[in-house]
Amino acid sequence: MPIELRDVTYTYMKGTPFERTALQNVSLTIADGSLTAIAGHTGSGKSTLVQHLNGLLHPTKGEVLVDGVNLAGKKEEAGLARRKVGMVFQYPEQQLFEETVAADIAFGPKNLELSEDEVNRRVRSAMEFVQLDYETYKDVSPFRLSGGQMRRVAIAGVLALKPDYLVLDEPTAGLDPQAREELLRRIVDLHRKKKLTIIVVSHNMEDIARMAERVVFMHDGHVLVDAPPSKAFLADEKMREAGLTAPPTVALLSILRDKGLQVDADAFTADEAVKRILKAIQKKGGAKC
Amino acid sequence: MALDHVDLSIEEGEFVAILGTNGSGKSTLAKQLNAILLPTSGVCRVAGMDTRAAERLWDIRQTVGMVFQNPDNQIIAAIVEDDVAFGPENLGVPSDEIRRRVDESLAAVGMTSFRGFAPHLLSGGQKQRVAIAGTLAMKTKCLVLDEPTAMLDPVGRREVLETVRRLHRESGITVVYITHFMEEAAAAQRIVVMEDGKIVEDGSPKAIFGRVDAMRKRGLDVPLAAEVAWKLQKQGIQLPENIVTNEELAVALCR
Repeated sequence: MPIELRDVTYTYMKGTPFERTALQNVSLTIADGSLTAIAGHTGSGKSTLVQHLNGLLHPTKGEVLVDGVNLAGKKEEAGLARRKVGMVFQYPEQQLFEETVAADIAFGPKNLELSEDEVNRRVRSAMEFVQLDYETYKDVSPFRLSGGQMRRVAIAGVLALKPDYLVLDEPTAGLDPQAREELLRRIVDLHRKKKLTIIVVSHNMEDIARMAERVVFMHDGHVLVDAPPSKAFLADEKMREAGLTAPPTVALLSILRDKGLQVDADAFTADEAVKRILKAIQKKGGAKC
Repeated sequence: MALDHVDLSIEEGEFVAILGTNGSGKSTLAKQLNAILLPTSGVCRVAGMDTRAAERLWDIRQTVGMVFQNPDNQIIAAIVEDDVAFGPENLGVPSDEIRRRVDESLAAVGMTSFRGFAPHLLSGGQKQRVAIAGTLAMKTKCLVLDEPTAMLDPVGRREVLETVRRLHRESGITVVYITHFMEEAAAAQRIVVMEDGKIVEDGSPKAIFGRVDAMRKRGLDVPLAAEVAWKLQKQGIQLPENIVTNEELAVALCR
């Protein structure tokens, strides 16, 4: 079952002089098993949007359904539905607090009142999935780890709750290139192997272009673009309107094209870009331009 | 050990980018530059002043301004121009002089029209520019920026980088710029690469980014144009060495 936003409007501080509408009539369906990226400049409404996905905010108007259940409902089922959506906030490592990695990851499942065996099983499998060796790291203080490792501990803590949906807000911000690469690979694996439905909020167009199946550009509280990356990132004008920039590969190939090389700009990795350029050169019979 | 026998000298008016993986010692190094941290052994001198000399602390901090990653942690006043005035006020600068400095600093970062705004109404890039203005108002000669764009959207990133480049070019401010974005590092005159608390590379962007393999081995990256040029060369396309920017690649391919 999907996550559905039906005509959602959200107004901060309604009825005060500071009233501000952050979302305006947003309708969006996140299909089961999909990997969706949400982008937009600061203040576009994307953070407000994701906070609706697990009921941290309830719409001023409209409704949010997870597996058909309205999150704003009063009944127990609304609480259960909210639990299906795991949320990894920006800089989640700042929320680590336990003395050991294992204890930190176990905190969530323990609060679900699961048996100790089940908690341990979940901790092990979550650590395995984010590629932190259980024996090596379980007793280590999370504060002794590198930034990338800390972030993976924080994500493992959410995975241990076994959510059906995973929302990640700027998962690679502040990570070095290698840590970023590893984390992106893990996220794509979660999607492919665990069939998790994933929603990523990111400023990093390169990350988005490389992993998402679908891109949503938010602007002024509404959905400006909703398309696959191959389409969304070639829509120059809409991107400019949304205050975004093309992924580096698209920007590079566009410059080459402006200079006269007949090259397709729809590449999202360096290797794809190289292929496009080689193809363009070959078409010219080996001449570069 | 976060820093391990580091020898480094940054000249007045230089623009140096510092690269390194998480935990390589970049931020620890940056914090030495305005005496937030002091060396356990060895000496750090800022414009000739030993950072361990407590009586020079305020002179050092007036010389070197810091801008950090999170724009929301650095702005303290309720109005943009009050925030920029905070530094000089604490230095006891006369009020008409403060007025002049605030106006100049906001103009230098292109934020004059926002001077009466509440900071929370600004975008991330705008907040970072206000933070930069706050250090300029103290007449700092050197700006140390520790991943100033990590939390910003693409437009904010461009705003901050362009502001820094302009301050360097037009006002001769010395810049130390820590980043994980290789394209931003390419804007510097010199790149210092750190690993395990040591400086392992020190050279021009062209020299550093020309060695794609070496950077990868260190867990770092190179700008896209450098990587693409390197891969095209491996495919037998003849290109000049040391391509770093998109424009250079375009010129090389379309000559």
